Amino acid sequence: MANVVAVIASTHHPFYYRASTATGDDRPPFADEWTRKILAFRETLTRANPDVLVMVGSDHFHQLWLDNMPQFLVGKAPFYDANWHNEEREFGLPRMLLRGQEDLSGYILREGLDAGFDLAFSNELRIDHSITCPIITLRPEADLPIVPIYTNIFAPPLPQPKRFVQLGQTIRELVESWPSDLRVAIVGTGHLSLELGGPRQFGPHGPDPAFDERAVGWIANGDLDGALAEVTLDSLHAPGNATHGFMDFMLMMGVAGAGVKADYADSLDLFHTMEAYFTWYPNGVPSA
Amino acid sequence: MSKYLLDKFLYTVDRDPSLVERYREDPVGTVAWWESSVANTILNSHSGEASTWLRLDDVEREALSTHDYVKLFELGAHPFLTLTLFIALFERDHAEPLAFQKEYAARLAHFSLPYPDIAT
Repeated sequence: MANVVAVIASTHHPFYYRASTATGDDRPPFADEWTRKILAFRETLTRANPDVLVMVGSDHFHQLWLDNMPQFLVGKAPFYDANWHNEEREFGLPRMLLRGQEDLSGYILREGLDAGFDLAFSNELRIDHSITCPIITLRPEADLPIVPIYTNIFAPPLPQPKRFVQLGQTIRELVESWPSDLRVAIVGTGHLSLELGGPRQFGPHGPDPAFDERAVGWIANGDLDGALAEVTLDSLHAPGNATHGFMDFMLMMGVAGAGVKADYADSLDLFHTMEAYFTWYPNGVPSA
Repeated sequence: MSKYLLDKFLYTVDRDPSLVERYREDPVGTVAWWESSVANTILNSHSGEASTWLRLDDVEREALSTHDYVKLFELGAHPFLTLTLFIALFERDHAEPLAFQKEYAARLAHFSLPYPDIAT
């Protein structure tokens, strides 16, 4: 059976690529610290030595649209083109091409359907920055095959938070039962408190630092009970109008397991939003 | 009242660089053309097929025709779509990084929770 060698959850900040590659007067003052933190975070994936990446993210109205909106979708294709014109325009993100791990995609779809998740699928999926940001931060070589899994945190009505947790638990079980000897890392990105297109956007910190502090605690401690007791579809409006992306963190807490503390946790208080980075090693911390 | 159609306008304009420029230069004409030519297009469908019933109401048409992103927020247009398109339209007119985004936030400052519902 396949081996889950790392579970990784983080924010996905589309400004990182431009900030980290800028030089001279164009380099923002926070870039050096941000880059140091990302390089340390990257090492947590590198040392797990994965063969395959399962990547959980959310389309931002690029390929998925309101006339046909899936709640949970699994990509099943040999390749995935990545990043879109408006991400190039606004964030300077590069076009990318990633290989797919179709066998694992097919296994997750078949077994996921049989486990009670009516998963949508796509055989031609162009992925966006929710998945390419962690490629850029964690595996810039972009050399590993992926299985992209999209969740709807964006276009209400949304699934309940507990459903994200259950899907995470199921993804973990499915990867661990996949008949393969490959080493799989499950990587997902979401948000802490975040406001986009509203009055609290682009402030000096994230819109709700108190929520961020509690959220980082839930994730780092694997405190699913605490998160599920406090987080509802309604409550997530209060920390910021894009905070429903926190449910992808909850999905990753489901992957990591209830009560399982992260082996690595870090954060960075940027203007606009707090960055946060977590890694779990199901088999114990690999030697450096 | 069609939040869906507002979102469809923002979505279809944002993804076409020439339409972004056309909307910047001629919002009234672009909205009129879009409503007559694009609003009923079923995206990702047979090119000959179209819907028959989609139209903007007067308030929505006015908001789009005046680049009034504050009104669009009030009407429940998806804030990510509005923000993304309006950055493409107007960030270039501001010298400082994020100056447009901060001005945008300030102009929405009179809104408090709960924000207008964006469900379509």
